[in-house]
Order: sequence, then C-alpha cells, then structure tokens
Amino acid sequence: MTNQFDPRKELKVNAIENGTVIDHIPAQNVFQVIKILGLEGFDNQILFGTNLDSYKFGKKGIIKVSNRFFAPDEINKIALAAPSATLIVIRDYQIVEKTTVTIPDQILNIVKCFNPNCITNHENIPTKFTVVSKEDIKLRCHYCEKITSKDDISFR
Amino acid sequence: MKNRSLISINDFSKEEQLKILDLAEEFEKQPTQKILEGYVAATLFFEPSTRTRLSFETAVNRLGGRIIGFSDTSSTSVQKGESLKDTIIMVSNYSDIIIMRHPKAGSARYASEVATVPIINAGDGANQHPTQCLLDMYSIRKTQGTLDNLDIAFVGDLKYGRTVHSLVMALTNFNCRFHLVSPQELKLPSVVKMHIKDKNLEYYQYTDLQEVLPIADVCYMTRIQKERFSDPIEYEKVKNAYILKNSMLKGSKDNLRILHPLPRVNEISEDIDDNPKAYYFQQALNGVYVRQALVTSILGVK
Repeated sequence: MTNQFDPRKELKVNAIENGTVIDHIPAQNVFQVIKILGLEGFDNQILFGTNLDSYKFGKKGIIKVSNRFFAPDEINKIALAAPSATLIVIRDYQIVEKTTVTIPDQILNIVKCFNPNCITNHENIPTKFTVVSKEDIKLRCHYCEKITSKDDISFR
Repeated sequence: MKNRSLISINDFSKEEQLKILDLAEEFEKQPTQKILEGYVAATLFFEPSTRTRLSFETAVNRLGGRIIGFSDTSSTSVQKGESLKDTIIMVSNYSDIIIMRHPKAGSARYASEVATVPIINAGDGANQHPTQCLLDMYSIRKTQGTLDNLDIAFVGDLKYGRTVHSLVMALTNFNCRFHLVSPQELKLPSVVKMHIKDKNLEYYQYTDLQEVLPIADVCYMTRIQKERFSDPIEYEKVKNAYILKNSMLKGSKDNLRILHPLPRVNEISEDIDDNPKAYYFQQALNGVYVRQALVTSILGVK
C-alpha cells in the first residue's frame, strides 16, 4: 500500500519535505482554494498544478504547501470549492495522515449571496450562511434568509 | 422581549407573539397614555411607506414619546454615500429604539448587529415585515375570537407577497387549514409550503377564488402586480379572476372577514367596503395598537 502513495512516483508536481498536500481539487477551483486559504500572502514555498490527469476525476488540481499544517476548521472552509479534496500531511517526505474535508455548519465570508437584492451585495458586509442541507448543498443567508443552492454558488 | 430586536416573525416565540397581542388589546381600550415620555424613537424609512410609518409614529406619539427620522433618503447623508452601518450607529446615539424600512433584504438583520439600541424591522425588501404579521394575527384573533382551527384563504400573489409568507409561517403554530388561491405563476413558494408540511397541517391550492369563499373564515387578499409576470398576456388572462366583488360573498360564512395589507388597487371592489365582512380599514387601525404593544415591550415600559 505504501508504495502506491510514494510521492516520488505518483506526483507530477515536486514532492515536499514537510507540509500539507491538498489533492483532488476540481481543476477549475484551484485558484479559488488558494484564495480561500489565504495562500496568496504566504511566505513559504507553495507548489500547485491544475488540469492534471486523475484516474478518479478526469482532471484535477493539487496544491502543496511547505511547512504549513491546517486545523480542521481552516481546511473545511474549502469544502464548498473542493468537496472531494483529500488532505495529506507530509513529514520527511512521508504521508503521516490522510483525511477528507467536511462541509461545516456555517460558511463565513466565502460565498456570495445569490439574491441580488441582499444587503450583503450592496454594502461592505461579510456574508454568513447556515448550511441547511449538506447532501445537495443548500445555504441559507443569515441576512436575507434566501437559499443559495449548489448550482448558484459563486465565491467572493 | 426587553431590548430585543424584531427582525423576522420567528425571532419571537408563539408565547411572546401572543403576549404582544394581549397587550395590544389593552392599548385598544386606552390608546392614549403618557408612558413613553422622555423616550425617543427613530423612524428610518429608506423607502417610502404610508401606513407603516404613520401607524408607528401615531403609536409612539399617543404614548407621549418623541419621533426623529426621515421618510425618504433625499435629504440625508445616504445621498452622500454614507454606509448603512454608519447611519445606524449614528442614529443609535440619538434614540432609544430604531424602526426601519429599507429596500434591501437583510438590511434590518444587519442593522440589529451594528446598532446599540433595538431595531424593529418595518420591511426589508421582499424579505420580512413582522409587524404586519402581528397586526394580521391580531385582526384574525379579534374577529374570530381565536387563532386555532381556522380556515384561512390567501388570495392573489402568493409568490412574492412577503406578508403572506410571514403570516402563513406564524399561523402554522395554530392548527389552521390553508386555502391558497393564485394564478399558476404566483403560487406559494415550496419553501413556505414546507413549513406547513413540517407541522402536519393541511393546505389546498386553487386557481378559482369562488371555490374558497363558502369555506373560509378569513380571506386574506393581496394585490397582483403586472410586473411579476414574465408574459404580459398571462397577466391579462388572470387580472380579473382575482377581483373580489360584493355579489361573490353570497353564501359565505357569517364570520368571514376580508383582510388586505393595503394598498388596495382594484382587487377588492369598492362595493364591499360597506359590507360588515370588510375588515381591511379596521385591520390598518389595529396596527397602531400592535405597534404600541411592541414598542413598549421592547423598551421595557410594559
């Protein structure tokens, strides 16, 4: 089993010594995930690739962040942009932990409210949603109370 | 309820809603009392309104409180680009309670988060209008003697009418049956119907107004607006089907009362106005008592 995940054989993007690999990101959302995690302002080495061949998904994206480990709360923020993401913790080139993301109960300031008449689309207000359905992804806006569904989600 | 904001009807429990209605009954008996002397209420109307603003201002004035505010934004700093947050924080400094109407949905909830005084939502876009809901409940209870086990007909634009959505949701706490009469294009949204289903209550959908008139205890009329139709021909087809005329009330129950949040355009024919079953003008007056009950409860005076 361990050989199957050997980073030197499997990954087209260079391996990292210590840090976090976020794999199986939908190819079109890689930049979104970078933004949500605030990696744009990060000083450490970051490698990423997109439109890579994936056995499971056809095309996928991957991000590798050196010397950075995420708390579950932090990483779950990407669940809407990358519900299928796999999170791999690397220490000394070895996989020490592999988890998946779960959709949190509340979504703060990531998603734009679908309702054009919502106050959050007109004033400088952080958005806030309660996740009313995790299966087919339905978010209820804390302010206008309208539902933003999976197909209507766009990121701020 | 002291110091609490009222943004959505669900912010107050069924017991709290009934407490407001009970208190409103007291104010109906004695609407003029000097119990708000020394209090300042701000009425911020970012969007015009006649009934809601005037009934709030009457409610406060009759109790001896003072009013500051504006009835449109043309003479305010909003025109200079002031944010809602800044306006609300500033007015919080000047008043004990803020009553606001705003064209954007969610504005009142946001205001309640930045204000240091309680907010009463007097309408936020297409979202909520809880004080209308309370006065509708008051009117139903007053005319029927109860809120339980009633047959309530809702007629007209059930899709966009925010007063209909709030009232249906509030009445699901009282074992009512819902008779929903609307054109196909303007049916009650499934989100609202879910609330009825969740409480295991019955609802029936109709396109013919005449069908529900013999069974209804309350007939809640709303205005159908032309701009709601994607196809103007559809509007022309239905526009006359939802006009209530005096002759149609033959065979209706004695206790039937016609309610309407107003303004009415032509959906209730004027020949009904003198029929004792017409209740919409009294309904608008009840708004004063309900708002007196609400303001005094939130300020902790009652």
